[in-house]
Amino acid sequence: MNFLLANLLSEPVGVAHYMVVGAVLFTCGIVCMATKRNALGVLMGVELVLNGANINLIAMGSPYLQGENATLGLDGQLMALFVIVLAAAEAAVLLAITLNFYNSAGSVDIDQADQLRG
Amino acid sequence: MDLQTWLPLLLGLAWLLPLASFAIVSIGGSLPQIQGHHASYRSQKIAGVVASAACGASFLLSLLAMAIWLTNHPLGAEHPGGHPGTAHAPPHYSGDFYSLASFGDLHLAIGYYIDTLTVTMFCMVTLIATCVHVYSWGYMHEELADVVDNEVATRDGKALHRPGRYHRFFQYLSLFTFSMLGVVIAGNLAMVFVFWELVGICSYFLIGFYIERPSATNAANKAFIVNRVGDFGMLIGLMTLWSSLGTLHFDQIFPQLAEPASAGGLSYPLLVVAGIGLFCGCIGKSAQFPLHTWLPDAMEGPTPVSALVHSATMVAAGVYLVGRCYPIFVPEVLLVIAVVGAITLAMAATIAITAVDIKRVLAYSTISQLGYMMLSLGLGGWVAGLFHLITHAFFKSLLFLCSGSVIHAVHTNDLREMGGLRKKMPWTAYTMLVGCLAIIGAGVPAWGIGFSGFFSKDAILEQAWSFAGANPAPVYGLLLWVPVAGAMLTALYMFRLWYLTFAGEPRNADRYAHAHESPLSMIAPLVLLATLAVSIGWVWPFSELSVTSLLEQARPAGTQETVQGEWLSSLTIPDEHLSHAPEIQVPAGWTTFSAAMGGLLLATMTYLWKWLRAEEIRQSFRPIHSFLWNQWWFDELYDWTLVKPTLWLSRFFASIDHWLIDPLVHGITHVSRLVARLLDSLLDRRAIDGSLHTLADQTWNTGLSLRQLQSGSLRQYVLFLVAGTLGLFAVASLYWKFAVAG
Repeated sequence: MNFLLANLLSEPVGVAHYMVVGAVLFTCGIVCMATKRNALGVLMGVELVLNGANINLIAMGSPYLQGENATLGLDGQLMALFVIVLAAAEAAVLLAITLNFYNSAGSVDIDQADQLRG
Repeated sequence: MDLQTWLPLLLGLAWLLPLASFAIVSIGGSLPQIQGHHASYRSQKIAGVVASAACGASFLLSLLAMAIWLTNHPLGAEHPGGHPGTAHAPPHYSGDFYSLASFGDLHLAIGYYIDTLTVTMFCMVTLIATCVHVYSWGYMHEELADVVDNEVATRDGKALHRPGRYHRFFQYLSLFTFSMLGVVIAGNLAMVFVFWELVGICSYFLIGFYIERPSATNAANKAFIVNRVGDFGMLIGLMTLWSSLGTLHFDQIFPQLAEPASAGGLSYPLLVVAGIGLFCGCIGKSAQFPLHTWLPDAMEGPTPVSALVHSATMVAAGVYLVGRCYPIFVPEVLLVIAVVGAITLAMAATIAITAVDIKRVLAYSTISQLGYMMLSLGLGGWVAGLFHLITHAFFKSLLFLCSGSVIHAVHTNDLREMGGLRKKMPWTAYTMLVGCLAIIGAGVPAWGIGFSGFFSKDAILEQAWSFAGANPAPVYGLLLWVPVAGAMLTALYMFRLWYLTFAGEPRNADRYAHAHESPLSMIAPLVLLATLAVSIGWVWPFSELSVTSLLEQARPAGTQETVQGEWLSSLTIPDEHLSHAPEIQVPAGWTTFSAAMGGLLLATMTYLWKWLRAEEIRQSFRPIHSFLWNQWWFDELYDWTLVKPTLWLSRFFASIDHWLIDPLVHGITHVSRLVARLLDSLLDRRAIDGSLHTLADQTWNTGLSLRQLQSGSLRQYVLFLVAGTLGLFAVASLYWKFAVAG
């Protein structure tokens, strides 16, 4: 780990640095999903995971970072935009689920949503 | 007119009409039963009319056939067997209506053999059948509605209620008439045998008409089984004839019999076997000693049945067959026939004296008269025997119908309950008196006039006289004196019957009070039959037409001569015409007359004038009376020698079944069950069920353990997702490193 960080700090900012940020964001999102008992917190964790992935996509598709010929054009940005749209839709669905859950259970604690327990 | 075409057509129609009526009545009677209810009053009435009309039409056709025959074959013009030594067949017409099958030489066909005997029998059978049908309208009228049978108790002790069976009665009567005519018209012995059995089964149906009464079903069974014994002998006779002659057709048998054995005829021992065999069948059917026991029991049937089946026609079929097959019988066989006839007539006559059931008296009288016919045929009196058959048919059916009328009026068969009935029912009484006079052969020998029985019985006695003259040995003399004694006994028991029923004071006031004369449908046949019972033996005025001359025309070839026995060389069967000689006719006639008058006088002294007390006679001859009262112990004898051993044997075999076969079968069953149980527990339960259960249990447990994973906690699922993804990533990396990149 030492040598990896050393390399990163000594190099100019490139794709790897973006990927590290994306990975950190992704991990934060996962941890947030795995630890939060509040449904809204879980929703935020989901957003973090999606945005971590978005950073990777943008970095990979960036002509500034990869050079004109090393990329596939605007593909990375396009996919990121797609993810953003999906995230919005998904957030709406999740919010609706949460609202319904609250109506039935009187709380947004996801530990109570265990009806599918085996 | 072509007789070969017309006679079979007319008689065939007369024969088949009752069959058509049987079909109509049985189908018409069965249709309502299919729909679940009983034949209506109206349809049952129609059944009776249909059956009677068919019979009447048969009679008219038979009369027409008779007229046609007579115009073509004038009586007395031909004497076919008239020249001793020549064997011309009598005029006859034979052929096949329908060929059934041919097995090698054996040709089975529905055929006809028509001579005057056939035509005469047709007229007699259809006339009596018609009378009995009409009589049954009145006698069986109770069967039109629901019947209460007081002689049958149901399980709860009440009398049996059942629907009426009027149409069923006429259905059986029609079938019987058809079968009887079939026996008469048959052109070959195979067909005779078929219809022989058909009349037997009809008799069975009719005796068992009151099927709910145990006595009726027992009597029906007895009649049927006893007849089988005789038919066994008859089959032997038929097979003997067929195997040696190769044919059963009458018109082929008779010419072959006339030939000597070397030229295709039968050898003498075979002829004896065939003759005795055929006669065995006749013993059974005509209730001759020793197979006579079924006929008295057969009186369980309705009285019209007794009149038609068990006196006039069916039981006479045996006599008819002996007459028809006469050329088959050699002198020794004829002697057997005569001896059996003599024993029968004496035995039955003695039993009839003590019987108190009015129908049983008549039944034994029938047996006795059939014995006369057999005796006559056996002694060579072919015409005399068959003449007596015809006359007996009329007066005996008359007597039975009269007794039916009495029973109808007083509702009992017991003579001891009757008496004095002539005031209540004069028509029945005086027609029955005519019948009694006819059966005892009343007449005046000097003037040669009398009732029908007078002529026929005289003819028999003349033949017996002639026989005794030709065979001086004293043993043969018995064959003359037994029938003479029988004539006396006949007069005695017949007038005992009449006096006990109609004369004197009523012995049962209650029954007497309820007695009444029978309706017209019963009286009219009585009057008609009484007229015929008087006149059937007479010669038609200003002509030669009489039953004897008709029969004379059918006389079989070869009987017109005196023959000697081959084995018993002393045995002579005399020519029947010799018996008409005045030196035989006069003493025989007077002997019969005095015997009959003696019997009549005895009966009158005992039962009318009461000079002799019947009770005292019974006391002083107690052993004889009990011997006769128990009908010579024949039933007990057969019971002990045949029925009981058969039952013992059956029980023995049943016990083998029960103690040997059953345990064996049960043992095998037990062993099989044990083996099956073993296989069941070992193979099925342990091996197959066990493995399946283990598999199921394992699946169940796996499911239970996997179930723990489904905790329902979202956060845990997220961790599983991460861990899974990481795991997949690690596997993919390692795979890449070691397997692909190398």
